[in-house]
Amino acid sequence: MHSVLEREQLSPNVVRLVVNAPRIAKVRRPGQFVIVRRGPGGERIPLTIADNDPEAGTITLMIQAIGASTTELTNLQVGDTIQDVAGPLGAETHLPPAGTHAVCVGGGVGTAVLLPIVRALGEKGVKVTSVIGGRSKEWVILEKELREAGDVVTCTDDGSYGRHGFVTQALKDLLDAGGVDNVYAIGPVPMMRAVAEMTKPYGVETTVSLNAIMVDGTGMCGGCRVTIGGETKYACVDGPEFNAHQVNFQELADRLTTYRSFETSALERKKAEEAAALGACATTEVQA
Amino acid sequence: MSETEGVKAPLSNKERMTIDRVAMPEQAGDARAHNFGEVNLGLTYQLAMLEAERCIQCPKPFCVDGCPVRVDIPRFIKSLRDGDLPAAAESLLGDNALPCVTGRVCPQETQCEQVCIRAKKGNPVAIGYLERFVADWAQANPDALPTANPTQTGKKVGIVGSGPAGLTAAGELVKKGHDVTVFEAFHAPGGVLIYGIPEFRLPKDIVQAEVDRLQRAGVKLELDAIVGRTYTIPELREDYDALFLAVGAGLPVFMNVPGENFKGVYSANEYLTRVNLMGAWSPNSQTPILHGQKVVVVGGGNVAMDSVRTGRRLGAEEATIVYRRSADELPARKEEVHHAKDEGVRFEFLAAPVEVLADENRWVTGLRCIRMELGEPDASGRRRPKAIPGSEFVIDCDLVVVAIGTKANPLLTGSAPELNVNEWGYLITDEYGMSSLPGVFAGGDIVRGAATVILAMGDGKRSAAAIDSWLNGVWPPPPEANAAKPKKEAAVAGN
Ligand SMILES: Cc1cc2nc3c(=O)[nH]c(=O)nc-3n(C[C@H](O)[C@H](O)[C@H](O)COP(=O)(O)OP(=O)(O)OC[C@H]3O[C@@H](n4cnc5c(N)ncnc54)[C@H](O)[C@@H]3O)c2cc1C
Ligand SMILES: Cc1cc2nc3c(=O)[nH]c(=O)nc-3n(C[C@H](O)[C@H](O)[C@H](O)COP(=O)(O)OP(=O)(O)OC[C@H]3O[C@@H](n4cnc5c(N)ncnc54)[C@H](O)[C@@H]3O)c2cc1C
Ligand code: SF4
Ligand code: SF4
Ligand code: FES
Repeated sequence: MHSVLEREQLSPNVVRLVVNAPRIAKVRRPGQFVIVRRGPGGERIPLTIADNDPEAGTITLMIQAIGASTTELTNLQVGDTIQDVAGPLGAETHLPPAGTHAVCVGGGVGTAVLLPIVRALGEKGVKVTSVIGGRSKEWVILEKELREAGDVVTCTDDGSYGRHGFVTQALKDLLDAGGVDNVYAIGPVPMMRAVAEMTKPYGVETTVSLNAIMVDGTGMCGGCRVTIGGETKYACVDGPEFNAHQVNFQELADRLTTYRSFETSALERKKAEEAAALGACATTEVQA
Repeated sequence: MSETEGVKAPLSNKERMTIDRVAMPEQAGDARAHNFGEVNLGLTYQLAMLEAERCIQCPKPFCVDGCPVRVDIPRFIKSLRDGDLPAAAESLLGDNALPCVTGRVCPQETQCEQVCIRAKKGNPVAIGYLERFVADWAQANPDALPTANPTQTGKKVGIVGSGPAGLTAAGELVKKGHDVTVFEAFHAPGGVLIYGIPEFRLPKDIVQAEVDRLQRAGVKLELDAIVGRTYTIPELREDYDALFLAVGAGLPVFMNVPGENFKGVYSANEYLTRVNLMGAWSPNSQTPILHGQKVVVVGGGNVAMDSVRTGRRLGAEEATIVYRRSADELPARKEEVHHAKDEGVRFEFLAAPVEVLADENRWVTGLRCIRMELGEPDASGRRRPKAIPGSEFVIDCDLVVVAIGTKANPLLTGSAPELNVNEWGYLITDEYGMSSLPGVFAGGDIVRGAATVILAMGDGKRSAAAIDSWLNGVWPPPPEANAAKPKKEAAVAGN
């Protein structure tokens, strides 16, 4: 059992949890993830380890509520427990040499997955510019933490904070200005694909983290298979980070829709249950 | 204890020869094709006693030679028919740590029962059924069996993997008084017994009860511990006096044909893990599974049979096995093939997939296959299948499950380069089951390649004996009575 020691709401649908997991806290490397299972009957959910504290025996998870299982996790409060936390899984981030310049692009909860990479780059002596975005101000997360490791450019779709527009536009300006050696992009598949297409003509090495659907996370099911440079790879052991210019994004986007109808019904079931629990007094909530 | 005690005079062998083999009571094929309840219901006390009378108690029992762990078959059958179930259970459990499991899943027809003397004239004694009967009784009556209270040696043994090999070794080693910890990557123990073999063949409660028994005996279990990630082999070697690596052969093999990454193509590992370990067969599970209407499973082993029968139970109107050789070469247990046929599974023999077809949304719509014919025997002695040019045809389907074998997972071996592996990544061990690292032993599928439950258990047992010797400073170990290599190593899993 792993207890939740801290909880913080980062944006309307992203929560930061500090969880007791001493074994993992001791050995975790940037870029690695855990697989979490809330309790009996629960799904196995892969989540990036955003931070670890070997002394305290804790790891930090940042979770975006998108489906039934992640909603359950973001609803956890301090003192609640998670039955299973397995890991650390995946390969660690490949870091470029000190003195180079990396641009790190984060979209949505991808920003949380980006944070440990940004920190590792900063510690190694790589100059970092983070480019993060969201729909509007309240969706922009982790700006303060990222700033500790380098510059940050924020963008909002509605212009309510930072630059008006998408992260890709800000990235293009940086690429045009020159001196960018590496790009890391983590976020929704369309965003990662757009970044990959954008950096290719500049010949800038680009790394993405692929959120394929996973079961075991150890290479035994093949469910997380992705095509990289025409070859089948397992995101859980060969990745999750890959060279963006070799990724078959179409296939990934497609495979991620495998359980769409199942998920919608699971989420609707859950909402119906919650609504029933709230009883007649519940007012209609505007869903973000 | 028994209803027959002292009442009946023993039968003569001639009389025994006249008794027909009992039939296993089972759920009807049409009903069970739609539920996950166990297919074989188990013998009743009366049927078990009747079947036990069929054994003629050979002075030189061939059946024992046919069993990879040399279960003293006539002995437990004798106790059973004497009505002494505790003695039967004690005898059986002394030879075989998981008889509830082997009684259900051993390929008996190629092992103990194949060589039973009674097979020469008619049907062999139903050793598997009797084994299951006695084992289930023992599981239901734990207090009837003596509990060992060994003196603690203070030596620590780490076991990696909680499949049949790891569990057997753990049981043997606590019996000797060692401090045993089993590390398991998944959130539940049992290996293939839990995530692979379906509920309708091996109820998960049965496996859990065996694990509970081991835990009561003192075995410690550390779940969610992935050795190679959470811990490394060098770390474990510091903390433990000996290690036993039993991580199985868990990596799926794909067909390597176009379209394999379309939606609706699963490896058998993923399909069965979702259904069994994650409980996706039940609507209460949060883990999703695709319910195909027309399911095609590629392969002919136990894994393929389990997948296709699972497909039927998840509602497939059509469930088809595509196998590149003919019915005679099917590597699956005979019983499973019969059961699959009873449940309405179709077999497409002498066919091999060449391409997965899909619609514009990349959902599977069919499997293009090519006809095969059998040519000259290959190295394995089986006739090699050859494609017949121009014979391609399409099987309409919305789900494809690939069950053509598994291979070694490099996750653990990669964390300790000093471990010698062969060209396929399997661990190399010496005659005592020791790897290239002193004090680190290995067994089961990670040494043999995909094999059987009982062979994995045999490795667990032999390695436990060797580990005990190693811990006692007696090396090489003295020849062990049980160490005799099985005469026949039937390979049933895989393709
Ligand atoms: C290596 C890795 C690291 C990840 N790190 C984080 C993290 O730090 N924080 C975080 O919030 N999320 C992270 N994710 C994504 C997270 O695992 C998924 O959001 C989660 O599995 C969805 O579960 P659900 O039941 O709530 O939603 P579902 O109802 O299962 O799915 C909702 C939507 O998400 C998509 N989806 C389904 N499974 C996955 C999956 N495994 N990954 C991505 N999308 C999926 C579906 O296509 C669907 O559209 C990571 C994924 C991977 C593979
Ligand atoms: C679907 C299916 C049906 C089968 N049917 C039959 C049958 O009817 N009869 C029969 O005799 N045989 C059958 N077999 C074969 C049989 O199950 C295997 O030969 C046997 O389970 C091998 O046992 P094992 O202990 O070596 O490994 P496994 O049972 O594979 O167990 C290995 C365990 O190690 C764990 N592990 C792996 N890597 C790590 C790591 N790095 N750290 C920690 N833990 C790890 C795994 O999660 C797993 O729990 C079947 C196999 C399958 C897949
Ligand atoms: S363990 Fe298997 S082979 Fe041995 S006696 Fe039992 S059923 Fe037969
Ligand atoms: S060979 Fe058959 S008849 Fe003889 S002892 Fe074994 S089970 Fe009994
Ligand atoms: S998650 Fe199963 S192989 Fe990657």
